[in-house]
Amino acid sequence: MAMDFAKGITEFRWHGRGGQGVVTSNQMLGKAALAEGNYIQAFPEFGPERTGAPVRAFLRISKKPIQVYAQVYHPDVVVCIDPTLVEVVNVAEGLKDNGTLVINTDKGPEVIREKFGVKGGKVVTVDASTIAMEVMGRPFYNMPTMAAAVKATGIVAVETVTNEVLERYPGKVGDLNKVAIERAVKEAKVG
Amino acid sequence: MSVPKNKITVEGLTGDAAIAYALKQADLDVLAAYPITPQTIIVEDYQHFAANGEVKAHVIPVESEHSAMSACVGASAVGGRVATASASAGLALMWEILYCAASMRMPIVFTVANRALSAPINIHNDHSDGMGMRDSGFIQLYCQSSQEAYDTTIMAFKIAENHDVLLPVMVGIDGFILSHNVERVEMLPDDVVSKFLGVRKPFIALDPDKPITMGPLALTDYYFEFKEQQDKAIMGAPKVYKEVEKEFADLTGRKYGLFETHKTNDADIIIIAMSTMGGTAKVVADAMREKGDKVGVIRLKMFRPFPAKEIAKVLGKAKAVAVFEKAMSFGAATHPLALEVRTALYDAEERPMVVDFVVGLGGRDVTPMTFVEGIEKTKKYIAKGKAPMYETLGVRK
Repeated sequence: MAMDFAKGITEFRWHGRGGQGVVTSNQMLGKAALAEGNYIQAFPEFGPERTGAPVRAFLRISKKPIQVYAQVYHPDVVVCIDPTLVEVVNVAEGLKDNGTLVINTDKGPEVIREKFGVKGGKVVTVDASTIAMEVMGRPFYNMPTMAAAVKATGIVAVETVTNEVLERYPGKVGDLNKVAIERAVKEAKVG
Repeated sequence: MSVPKNKITVEGLTGDAAIAYALKQADLDVLAAYPITPQTIIVEDYQHFAANGEVKAHVIPVESEHSAMSACVGASAVGGRVATASASAGLALMWEILYCAASMRMPIVFTVANRALSAPINIHNDHSDGMGMRDSGFIQLYCQSSQEAYDTTIMAFKIAENHDVLLPVMVGIDGFILSHNVERVEMLPDDVVSKFLGVRKPFIALDPDKPITMGPLALTDYYFEFKEQQDKAIMGAPKVYKEVEKEFADLTGRKYGLFETHKTNDADIIIIAMSTMGGTAKVVADAMREKGDKVGVIRLKMFRPFPAKEIAKVLGKAKAVAVFEKAMSFGAATHPLALEVRTALYDAEERPMVVDFVVGLGGRDVTPMTFVEGIEKTKKYIAKGKAPMYETLGVRK
């Protein structure tokens, strides 16, 4: 029997590139979970930030205080913000059998399933790059990709996370992110 | 009387941000600091408070950590409430003045995001900086969570400024692992913290109208007497710590003790670890108990003064103690935490085997499986009746 060091905890691992907002979206989702009464840990893979280099971040969400302090090796959910990273990194590494893989890509879930050999669980794809460019005119993929993760997992209400985003980015940036989030929720494909 | 729930603010804060907020509420007179990763957010946030007029403190952006601690000593000498923050090489540069601060009996709260020492340069967590200063005379309190970092920072002032103590206090959090980790933190209302801490009443203060000299020179005539008194002061700190914590627990319901015990009563193997490792160890103990291994944990909070008697009492019935520590004392018989534990046990009637694992240097992730590996080794050593003095885990050999 494998030992479970994350009882009652939902564990996320995020992938992206430095500058894409991996740390921020991880914290946004964490704070949304906190707002819904959970305990959280939201932390980046520590190191000097280098724009464009692969980066990771981790999130734990639990109804009870969280005691374990280590990186996440067997995530329940993997979220990959950068569409090119799937060619470089095995983002599905360690993903639980019944886990959820969320990828920003223009490909469908079946293509991603085959690419990473994911048999069980859920694979969710969203073309967050296109959404970001069309809505915001700039490649801010992080929020729409997070929105797909929220939709797929139901870990928090979409409204809660939108409120966090609006609070952090009041004004136009927040409003546009809200539009991008809502569109991503509609367009995300679960397979 | 405990503070009602509707007066408590709940926020997601990193360990650093939680400390900054505690410093804000402590109503400092002076904060003198020089930036260094990973404590940067503490001073950065505090500077925001200062720029926004939310705090009255005089913030001194000094030119080095040596100056930071010197400025703190000066400010504390005139009777101010004083804090600073540092880590690693910055802490090392304070070295000379750390001893002055303690020996001159200056209450100063020194928050540290514990980080490895050079070389090679490494920004990540271990306890080399904290262990390096362990003989300086500072009280040392190591925290597991952002909540504990907030709580401990507030309590530290009341301990440091108590006239039976009058010593600087280091509050340690694991660099990055906690300093940059957003957790749920409950914060007290400002007025409750103000009332809890009050205004510092200096035992003796520098005053131009009644000039005195502090800490100048004592040779063969009196130096030793200063040290004798300093020793008495730090050994009396646990009593004050317990009183302060009781008062704090009455407000918040939270207390941590000199150390926290987790399922130690019937344990065959007791893990001793500090800071975030102590949290992970508790989870590992729970998981190993499900497989039938009776594992318990002591998460040590107060490393200085070292609660030797209390620790020996808890360890008494175990077959072995597995120390997990993030520092090396090069050339020593074992490493800092295990040295203390072995010494604590020497006079005990029942002496469990002491196994010392050095882990996580330079931020190498200490996973639950690192602990499992150590426990499995310890089981073998118990069966053999013999263990090495120390060993490293999780390193290429």
